[in-house]
Amino acid sequence: MIPAAFEYTRPSSVDGAVQALAEGGEDAKILAGGQSLIPMLRLRFAAPSVLVDLGGVGGMRDIHDDGEHIVVGAMATHHDVMSNQLIREHAPLIAQATATVADRQVRHLGTFGGSLAHADPAGDLPGVASALDATFEVAGPSGRRMVSASEFFVDYLTTAMEPDELLVAVHIPKLTGWGTHYEKFNRVAQAWALVGVAAAVRRSNGTITEARVALTNMGTTPVRAHGVEEALADAPADEGTLRDAAARAAEGTSPTSDLSASADYRAHLATVLTRRALHAAGGL
Amino acid sequence: MTKISMTVDGIQYEDDVDPRTLLVHHLRDRLGKVGTVVGCDTSNCGACTVLLAGKGVKSCTVLAVQADGMDVTTVEGLSGPDGTLHPVQQAFHNSHALQCGFCTPGMIMAAVDLLSENPSPTTDEVREGLEGNLCRCTGYQNIVRAVQDAAATMHATAPPTAEAAEPASTTEANAQEVPR
Repeated sequence: MIPAAFEYTRPSSVDGAVQALAEGGEDAKILAGGQSLIPMLRLRFAAPSVLVDLGGVGGMRDIHDDGEHIVVGAMATHHDVMSNQLIREHAPLIAQATATVADRQVRHLGTFGGSLAHADPAGDLPGVASALDATFEVAGPSGRRMVSASEFFVDYLTTAMEPDELLVAVHIPKLTGWGTHYEKFNRVAQAWALVGVAAAVRRSNGTITEARVALTNMGTTPVRAHGVEEALADAPADEGTLRDAAARAAEGTSPTSDLSASADYRAHLATVLTRRALHAAGGL
Repeated sequence: MTKISMTVDGIQYEDDVDPRTLLVHHLRDRLGKVGTVVGCDTSNCGACTVLLAGKGVKSCTVLAVQADGMDVTTVEGLSGPDGTLHPVQQAFHNSHALQCGFCTPGMIMAAVDLLSENPSPTTDEVREGLEGNLCRCTGYQNIVRAVQDAAATMHATAPPTAEAAEPASTTEANAQEVPR
């Protein structure tokens, strides 16, 4: 199908993009890599009046190290992110999860920032950003502001960004000495996650000192599995701990039922996948 | 209308396009590049795969305006000037890596893209590398075999003739940043 008509603008700076969004009004929409937006345009689920293409904005694909964080430009493609040495060294969870996103072609165009701003609960990266306590750098008419992952994801396809704001970069804290793993369950190769689990575990002398676990597609936003995290904190790093902690994975979640999986099945998957993710992340 | 300029299979084109035009429709309807087909129109099947700045993309999921200033290679641009088939095309022919053939242009372009990054993929790597391409005839066995045969051919002929066998744009395009 052919998208509904829209006006198209291609600013060359972040300020220009913010201005174009303001001028475009409520129905203006940002175009990043387009791998989620263009399918929605084609089906006419979305019919923005103005598209603001960030493809011409310089510097938004950069990935750099600011000391404490790896700062990922919102327009870095999945392919850029997966193959980036800083990410592989300091945030391997992102590289691993990104490699499971869609397929090669989509990863060549789809962007890190775009998939976070799109905030699809079945997307892999919101859960990962949530587990890593990422911070989102957002630009708007009154300047830049930083939003934590816990506040960024608000609802289904909805973030804390206002209609006149855009995502510029994501700051990922370096996790030195942690083990991490993303465990994803889907029906066929390029399908969305039925459920996914992002886990980061820090061990010291046979004890788990801290763990962070976030779930993909177990609600309208990524969900931190606080029950699991509590059960792991300062617990012995053994099979029994992981099993008991993973059993709490679905606590407080509200997964949907659809053609592929019932809510009960998703809740069961969350416990199984959490156990697998913790095993891999904890090196057990 | 928005003015765009792009190089397709080595020829530069300038056109005014409606911004909502998908790249695949621009290639087929405006430029006559009907070798690139529309399979599913939902970004699933990969039949419309082309190289954009040297990287495989689904041309039904790119606006023509996003490709402004960039280099596009379609399945029609793979063969040499004398009609010699690209090693991937030749391998698909030799292995009969198709049944109805509708997915073939996309499969070939996805395979060219995969081999440009991984010149000797294992069977599993070929299957995973082609996960964005569907063959509804389920003719995957011969497709995987053809990609591995093509890899072997490209290896065997690599130092002296690789440049001649590759589309002229690929080397240059790989170095080019994809502005998006």
